[in-house]
Amino acid sequence: MSDIEIEIDGQKCLAKPNAMVIQVADEAGIYIPRFCYHKHLSVAANCRMCLVEVEKSPKTLPACATPVMPGMKVFTKTPKALAAQKAVMEFLLINHPLDCPICDQGGECELQDLSLGYGAANSFYLEGKRSVADKDIGPLIETEMTRCIQCTRCVRFGAEIAGMRELGATGRGEHMEIGTYIDHAMKSEVSANVIDICPVGALTSKPFRFTARAWELQQFPSISAHDCLGSNTYTQTRTGVVMRVVPHENAKINETWISDRDRFSYEALYHVDRINTPLIKINGSWQEVEWPVALEFAVKGLQKVLEKHGPEQIGALASPNSTLEEFYLLQKLMRALGTSNVDHRLRQTDFSDQENTDIFTKIDFNISELQHSNAILLVGSNIQKEQPIAGLHVRKAALNNAKVMAINLMDYPFNFSVAEKSIVASDEIVFRLAGITKALMTSTDSAVEHMAVTLANVVSSDNDVLMAQHLLAGEKACIILGNIAFNHPQSATIRSLAHTIAKLSSSRVAFLTEGANAAGAWLVGAVPNATSTVKKGLDAQAQLSEKLKAYILMNVEPDGDCANPVMARKALKSADFVVSLSLFSDAMINDDADVILPMTPATETSGTFVNAAGTWQTFNGVATPFASSRPAWKILRVLGNLLHCQGFDFNSSEEVQAEIKLNLEENFSSQTVAHSLSAKDFVKPSAEKLYRVGGIPIYSVDSLVRRAHALQIAQSVIEGDVAVVRLHTKTAERLQLKEGMKVRVKQKVGEEILPVMFDDSLHERNVYIAGGISASAGLSELFGEVEINKL
Amino acid sequence: MQKLKQFIKSFSLWELLKGLKLTGRFFFSRKVTIQYPEEKTPMSPRFRGIHAQRRYPNGEERCIACKLCEAVCPALAITIEAEPREDGSRRTTLYDIDLFKCVYCGLCEEVCPVDAIVLTGAHDYHMENRGENILTKEKLLAIGDKYEAEIAKARAEDAPYR
Repeated sequence: MSDIEIEIDGQKCLAKPNAMVIQVADEAGIYIPRFCYHKHLSVAANCRMCLVEVEKSPKTLPACATPVMPGMKVFTKTPKALAAQKAVMEFLLINHPLDCPICDQGGECELQDLSLGYGAANSFYLEGKRSVADKDIGPLIETEMTRCIQCTRCVRFGAEIAGMRELGATGRGEHMEIGTYIDHAMKSEVSANVIDICPVGALTSKPFRFTARAWELQQFPSISAHDCLGSNTYTQTRTGVVMRVVPHENAKINETWISDRDRFSYEALYHVDRINTPLIKINGSWQEVEWPVALEFAVKGLQKVLEKHGPEQIGALASPNSTLEEFYLLQKLMRALGTSNVDHRLRQTDFSDQENTDIFTKIDFNISELQHSNAILLVGSNIQKEQPIAGLHVRKAALNNAKVMAINLMDYPFNFSVAEKSIVASDEIVFRLAGITKALMTSTDSAVEHMAVTLANVVSSDNDVLMAQHLLAGEKACIILGNIAFNHPQSATIRSLAHTIAKLSSSRVAFLTEGANAAGAWLVGAVPNATSTVKKGLDAQAQLSEKLKAYILMNVEPDGDCANPVMARKALKSADFVVSLSLFSDAMINDDADVILPMTPATETSGTFVNAAGTWQTFNGVATPFASSRPAWKILRVLGNLLHCQGFDFNSSEEVQAEIKLNLEENFSSQTVAHSLSAKDFVKPSAEKLYRVGGIPIYSVDSLVRRAHALQIAQSVIEGDVAVVRLHTKTAERLQLKEGMKVRVKQKVGEEILPVMFDDSLHERNVYIAGGISASAGLSELFGEVEINKL
Repeated sequence: MQKLKQFIKSFSLWELLKGLKLTGRFFFSRKVTIQYPEEKTPMSPRFRGIHAQRRYPNGEERCIACKLCEAVCPALAITIEAEPREDGSRRTTLYDIDLFKCVYCGLCEEVCPVDAIVLTGAHDYHMENRGENILTKEKLLAIGDKYEAEIAKARAEDAPYR
């Protein structure tokens, strides 16, 4: 249908058929006051603030619920429209407490702003105002329900966007209340977006409560540093101190939402663990020193190892949340010293395809386009917890009748409906993918080299065939590999099969990796096999298992960040010299490091994150570096200079970025070669073994969120107790275990004693023991065989 | 002739008498000088002297940390930090006024929704050491406690005109 021409306040506007008047007015830049209307939510038309006069209509009409008609003439500022808006405002203010001076929304309140324009100076209302008891809805959101004007934006957000109907309205008329029906804390991982959409101060941020006013804050655009989407945020600071984080609209990535993790991780920035000054260890005790002393000490230690054992005995591990510039300088430093021992894939264990796949597979579409996919296959992905905003896009796709399928180790309670799912034992993921491949080969009659031989023993299950059909039928099909697929011991096979399936079904593959900048790490070569010219180095696990003589760690907390904390601890203990660029003081680093150089998190340094779609997003340091901490790129620059390496004379991170761009095409050529599989990858293992599933709890992913107080409380609400062994009831019966009973969990070298919890969403041969938390730090790899014994 | 006039004037001390005439007029007129500090002139209830923070009769501090005074202060003399108190109410943890910066415009008092910050009639104060120019929350409350009767009286007197 062609566009419709309407007139608003005498201005001619073109509108899509079925558009509402308020949408057209917004596009034309004509402001119509509103409370309940939000562009990403459904129309409720219950606040009546947007009443406008329409020609030939006897009454004023709500602009948000009036579809455009050809030749329509709308007047937003006529006496009739204004009188209606003012009358609505008077009604809204009847029961509003007007406690703006103690309200956190004061200064950024839509009701406050509009009451200035449409409110009367005096109220005629002398009767008692209603009051509503406040609800406790968790550690993130503070409620002050008397202030609520019942716009129901929060209710609609929960139902339509977050997919959890947690908030709702009870009662009618004056007795209408917003609440959670039964008192409980909100469990959605994007719940705090209701703070932004609440037009009044009824829902405000609990960690931010009363600490600052909107007008005191300076706002800077930044990029969130906790998942691979790179959600756009605004960091708001006061006198150089981060006070809060709010979303920054970006239609290509996060629309107007951000996850709670991105919003509240700032709480950790000024945690007591934050390191003030450089520290060196002399005779086993830590001493606070000036920067030159610490750097000199670090360089001397490294030089000693270089002279004695050569560069191959130095390893470098970096957090996948480091910036592009930090990754670049770290790998440049290591390669200048003569080794390629540099890696960021701390939680991954299978690197067998790294020789072939030179470059990270980036998604070739915008992240928000996921919502237009019509078939999505999740492989080893708890997308809702791992990349909450991508989860919202998948949910939207599911609501648009996309077939969402999942091959997972446990049946995650997603907020969207899953059309087909295979909940499999840890060693069976590859069989299901192979099954789909085989089904695709049969149905498309296309042969992939060697595949027929390789998959000779594989039998496609009914589910596999269905999934293959959905992928083939979907025009914009997408295969998403999540964190579990990457951390899995057969990750290379999973990746290879995912590519094959994508090729056969002409769908796309999306790598949703851990960390904010894994794509960037691949791009600049913070992997041991980046360039073909220099000899290959050791990957993250090999660096630790080989027990090198020296390590350079960049924002790595081995207990929480490494796949195998036990091995990491042994490696660091046996090393002669460990340099740690750290944000926080960490028990293992304190024990085993020799120098701690305090670095800054993303809010305090300039840099670039490359998200899963390959989008470069450069940001500035928005807060003053804490105490005497320094941006990591500056530390690495000075280390490079002191170690007499060439080409470390950078004055700004922009200069580093310019050099990266210059080198990008020369050194890091892109050639994706599929990993070749062999039939022995598909030998059925014994059916009796128990496998650990080491998912990372939602708020334990990196050093910052692990220290964000409110998020830690929220984690226990969302995930329950994470320091447990979760088993299927049948598995527990077989092992004669009862709930709450303490058991000894043995895994290769490590063991821990943990209580048992029943969880029937797991496959019977999978045992869920979370990683990234201190309770499981005594165990080895996140995935692998475990033995469970009664005490 | 001119010279003669000049001669007589200078010998009859005419200029002196003219001066004494002025002196004499003020000698017999009503005196305005007072013996400060024993005596004080009457003061407007709107006088803007040193700052104070007031309390409610039950002893609870009035200030709710809305930060409007900090925002309105043209001299940026007020610094406030706030957080929830144990009972959950909104309170300041830091409330400093720099008397060197303050221009005594009284806007902070005008803007205060709970009449917490006020400018008292007290104007005879001084500082001897560095740092004494900063009025902390404790000092402000102490001044408020000391002058509460006068403050309340002045507010009551001025109330009809507001």
